[in-house]
Amino acid sequence: MGKDIVLQAQKINKYFRVPTLFHALKDISFEIERGEFVSIMGKSGCGKSTLLYILSTMDTDYDGQLYLDGEDLSHKTPDELAYIRNRHIGFIFQFHYLLQEFTVLENVMLPAKKLGIKSLEEIEHDAMEKLRLLGIQDQAKKLSMRISGGQKQRVAIARSLINSPSIIMGDEPTGNLDSKNAETVFSILKELSEEEKLSLLIVTHDLDFAQKTNRIIEMEDGRVIKH
Amino acid sequence: MNYTLLFSIAKTHLVSRLKQSAVAALGVTFGIGTFITMVSFMTGLNNLLDGLVLNRTPHVHLYNEFKVSEKQPIDFIVNPSKELTIIRSIKPKYNQVRISNALPILDLLNKDPRVKGAIPQITAQIFYKAGAVNLNGILNGIEPLQEDRLFNIGDYIIEGDAQSLKNTTSGIIIGSGVADKLKLSMEDRIYVSSPTGALFQLKIVGIYQSGLAEVDDVQSYVNVKMAQRVMGQSENYITDINVKLYEIENSVEMAEQMSKQFNVSAIDINAANAQFDTGTSIRNIITYAVSITLLIVAGFGIYNILNMLIYEKMNDIAILKATGFSGKDVQYIFITQAMVIGVIGGVLGLIVGFLLSVLIDNTPFETEAIPTISTFPVNFDPSYYFIGIIFALIATFLAGYLPSRKAKNIDPVEIIRGQ
Repeated sequence: MGKDIVLQAQKINKYFRVPTLFHALKDISFEIERGEFVSIMGKSGCGKSTLLYILSTMDTDYDGQLYLDGEDLSHKTPDELAYIRNRHIGFIFQFHYLLQEFTVLENVMLPAKKLGIKSLEEIEHDAMEKLRLLGIQDQAKKLSMRISGGQKQRVAIARSLINSPSIIMGDEPTGNLDSKNAETVFSILKELSEEEKLSLLIVTHDLDFAQKTNRIIEMEDGRVIKH
Repeated sequence: MNYTLLFSIAKTHLVSRLKQSAVAALGVTFGIGTFITMVSFMTGLNNLLDGLVLNRTPHVHLYNEFKVSEKQPIDFIVNPSKELTIIRSIKPKYNQVRISNALPILDLLNKDPRVKGAIPQITAQIFYKAGAVNLNGILNGIEPLQEDRLFNIGDYIIEGDAQSLKNTTSGIIIGSGVADKLKLSMEDRIYVSSPTGALFQLKIVGIYQSGLAEVDDVQSYVNVKMAQRVMGQSENYITDINVKLYEIENSVEMAEQMSKQFNVSAIDINAANAQFDTGTSIRNIITYAVSITLLIVAGFGIYNILNMLIYEKMNDIAILKATGFSGKDVQYIFITQAMVIGVIGGVLGLIVGFLLSVLIDNTPFETEAIPTISTFPVNFDPSYYFIGIIFALIATFLAGYLPSRKAKNIDPVEIIRGQ
């Protein structure tokens, strides 16, 4: 063995049929080890986001195999995939995507409540822990629409951590932030990777960001050209 | 599924859009409230109108009818070659007006467990005499207390009562039209003459108003014995027997049976009042049609608002799905919102409907035609409230189901990438 593989993609092909047949991903194969901080780079339209949504199990319309913790995900039902996303995958979006009418704390607690393993007190305690880790514990009781963009992204990171996932995926998590906030978010992710041994897979087109990660997967025209 | 969590999300959505939720709920309230009010008022009115006629109408009415004999003399002759017989100008057979063996028949009927009561009646054509005026009239000989028990005659006696008729052998209760025409009031004397010309002086112990002018202008009531005296007949002279049953549904079957058993004409309440049945069912159809239309309109309101809400909440739906909520979870959130709107709106609707019904029930409504009521009639039947709330739930469920199915099928990737 030797290698501890978290995520493995084998010969993933993806076609868009509308408006015309378009081969978006061509024979994508790679793997990510536990604790690795990997970025996917490439120009706009090269298929990197498409790949990420397949890896995150939200898009199920593809050919090929996908393994998470050694488990084959390609033939699971939507409900099983929902459970896997909830339990094993943390997700950070470009536009921070919080539930506007809920407080910061509630947003962070939501995936854990959905998982329903821990008691409410434990979940609240954990959520406060995560917020403290990201330095925004003082915002916990605010409505999430009332905090700044950088803070929102940190809340989203806290939320992705709440169920101690196997891997965290991000779609341009710093793309919408100013350089100072982007720097903060990056160092948080780096810290998580180094100290908590979290696996991270981040899509970005920011070269500075990518160069600071462990490994860069480069894509062009639906193919992996370097990894 | 973690219903508490999904419910709390649904609640947050509703509360954060309180105005829209309230408007949607008010739509249901309006629909259900109107349904309750309309159906209570309409059926109250129906029952009153039906009661006007049906309460007073015997379920089975036995009498002798002049009619053509079904079997003519020639039919009694043996006709082996089955030749066609034609008789011209048939005349009805003379038949006595009285029912033969009326008293034993009454005894027998009153012992029948299906019969609530059978009472005799004597109908006679008479004249009311006032000076030179002879006014056509119909005299009914009745047993006042039984008549009141079975056919509620007391409800229509606007002055005096049935008991005083019972107590006064030569008493009479006259129709209000007769009283008006002859300028008579309580305790006055009235002369009636029998078909044979005999004159009787009777004392007015009551005035009767049915609300139907053609009845009030001719009808009057006396005791059975008095009617027999007017007709100059003995006490087994009875022209009609009125039967009230426990179950009105049995009337057709029993009328047929009695007609055969006693060899008299028997008419059941359905045949006598077919037009009332038709009127009632048409009024019911109108009531339900209008109410259902209102509820459907309310349902469209909910459908619209939920549809809008789902468009506004696309981001939320995408996040929920991305963080591990299944399509069913999301659908449940939106169905719950519809049902909460339905339950709150529906219950409020029942309350509003009830209050409006109470208001109508207390609105003065006095009419000469219907002396028994002083306010609008309202039917507070709990089953309408049951139907109302069930309908509210079904309508809101359907209105919520379609948009929620859309929410269930939303692809989170499209939303997230679309930004």
